[in-house]
Amino acid sequence: MSRIARILSLALPLALAAGSALAAGALEGQAEKQATNWSAIGMFFAFVAGTLGITFWAASKTKSASDYYTAGGGISGFQNGLAIAGDYMSAASFLGISALVFTSGFDGLIYSIGFLVGWPIIMFLMAERLRNLGRYTFADVVSYRLGRTPVRTFSATGTLTVVAFYLIAQMVGAGQLIKLLFGLEYTYAVMIVGVLMILYVTFGGMLATTWVQIIKAVLLLGGASFMALMVLVKFGFNPEALFAKGVEVHAKHNAIMGPGALVSDPVSAVSLGLALMFGTAGLPHILMRFFTVADAKEARKSVFWATTFIGYFYILTFIIGFGAIVLVGTNPSYLQGAGLRGGNNMAAIHLAHAVGGDVMLGFISAVAFATILAVVAGLTLAGASAVSHDLYAQVICKGKVDEAKEIRVSKMATVALGVLAILLGIAFEKQNIAFMVGLAFAIAASANFPIIILSMYWSKLTTRGAVTGGAVGLATAVVLTTLSPAIWVKVIGFSTAIFPYDAPAIFSMPLAFFVSWLVSVMDNSAQAVEERSRFENQFVCSQIGLDVAPAAKH
Amino acid sequence: MSTSLASRIARDPRFLELSRKRGSFSIVLSVLMLSIYYGFIAIIAFAPKSLAVPLTAGSVTTIGFPLGVGVILAAIILTGVYVVRANGEFDALTRKIIEDVK
Repeated sequence: MSRIARILSLALPLALAAGSALAAGALEGQAEKQATNWSAIGMFFAFVAGTLGITFWAASKTKSASDYYTAGGGISGFQNGLAIAGDYMSAASFLGISALVFTSGFDGLIYSIGFLVGWPIIMFLMAERLRNLGRYTFADVVSYRLGRTPVRTFSATGTLTVVAFYLIAQMVGAGQLIKLLFGLEYTYAVMIVGVLMILYVTFGGMLATTWVQIIKAVLLLGGASFMALMVLVKFGFNPEALFAKGVEVHAKHNAIMGPGALVSDPVSAVSLGLALMFGTAGLPHILMRFFTVADAKEARKSVFWATTFIGYFYILTFIIGFGAIVLVGTNPSYLQGAGLRGGNNMAAIHLAHAVGGDVMLGFISAVAFATILAVVAGLTLAGASAVSHDLYAQVICKGKVDEAKEIRVSKMATVALGVLAILLGIAFEKQNIAFMVGLAFAIAASANFPIIILSMYWSKLTTRGAVTGGAVGLATAVVLTTLSPAIWVKVIGFSTAIFPYDAPAIFSMPLAFFVSWLVSVMDNSAQAVEERSRFENQFVCSQIGLDVAPAAKH
Repeated sequence: MSTSLASRIARDPRFLELSRKRGSFSIVLSVLMLSIYYGFIAIIAFAPKSLAVPLTAGSVTTIGFPLGVGVILAAIILTGVYVVRANGEFDALTRKIIEDVK
């Protein structure tokens, strides 16, 4: 097998599992420790000092439960759009997608588009209804007219499962990345990330988390814009000239200008597309962000700005990948063997050095670190809220709870999740975790998304239907992924997989909808009749937003 | 909100107009976005060669690039179109409905 084919075979399954690109590359033994990078460490310290300052300020403003979970609902649509972008654009997508463009050209563009197209759907079908119906978590929306205890328990399970897989993938990626960029030991790197994330969330709640995400989004978009600009300047802002040079120097020549191996069979392509599109609409840390704005109007603006920034970011990533083909792939000082020094996920990092020297290298490395912190802080807050708001306040205390106590439970849950994330991050250091982000998206699309959308749109949904359907979706996604090549072959080591596709959503998501429908229509209990009768209330509220807690004045 | 109030609003002709207009607008835009994305994926899955055709005779740039960037821009534009109509027309209707019941 040629070297390029080998690199490709490494990059693709990773890329297929979204954020894992970076971690898997490193797990293949490519993430050797680099020399300690002082300018990067300096800039990273500046970021940490700044964000801890903000956390200190945010702590003084965070008093009620509403402040803690949703920053009092006082975030503007534009700010929230930036924060959503900051929550969504992971270091893995920055490094992984530019690496995919570097190795296969056009395929990188196909892949990034999948991550964007869920946003318009969130806008058209969900954003304003979520804002009108919910307060702190998406379970508020689902349990609006359905049974509190079963629905909250299931929603919290869905949230924690998604958060756990996503968080482990981020922690392992963080450890590998920081080892690579800063020359820091893996274990220390994971611990630093875990401790900082606990500090942000426990002291500053949603307000601090939001600002960490906004700052990170601005830094990442700024840094990526600068790199793309420097690449374009070298080619007189003529993409044709950039592509021509890329085709000339790339080992695959003209093949990088059209679809390659990424989408080879239609079932996998559609299944992955479904998971990315509807999974985005079921990610608890993303859904939670809709409760931080005052009303439906601001919620819509949030999605518009988020879509704009994320779309712009993927276009930049693509230019950066091509820039790396031309400026990094041709420079022997960045190469080792036939690949890149430090692995192909270093494409964007080496390009930063090529266009901006040590200062830019340090800056982009620090931004990559900041990016991870922003994502894990959002995840942890969503997980902790599921524990404190859904499980503790609503299920255990039946809604009769002292706010201060609820916040205390949330902070304890944050610390517990942080410690768990550190331990799992260390435990999974040498494991193949390429499947985890893909699985998180598949579960979000198969367990969370169906029950949210049905509860908002279908008057006949009952508690039994929602919980059974969601549970079937969750179990199917997990079981099929376990039997797929990503785990059955690559992790466990069997020679052939029982289930041939890595992405299960094409089966698990429709199944969840079907079971929810079937169980609901067969449910004739008194409770079901009562739940259906409450739909009119919910429908009116979802349309005009009457009976939503007023936003805090800032 | 009491059930009677909800029922009253639900029967308000302006509420019916709002939910009907917004509902069909959302569905049209969603179907449009899904068709654009899955159309693009279908071309990749079934006719990948057609995307690798040069944009103009002799150019390196292929048809796939403007199409791919077009999907990204379509996502941004469609969300923008929705925001403009919802924050204008739909919110004005909503305000009128709420003012009347207060």
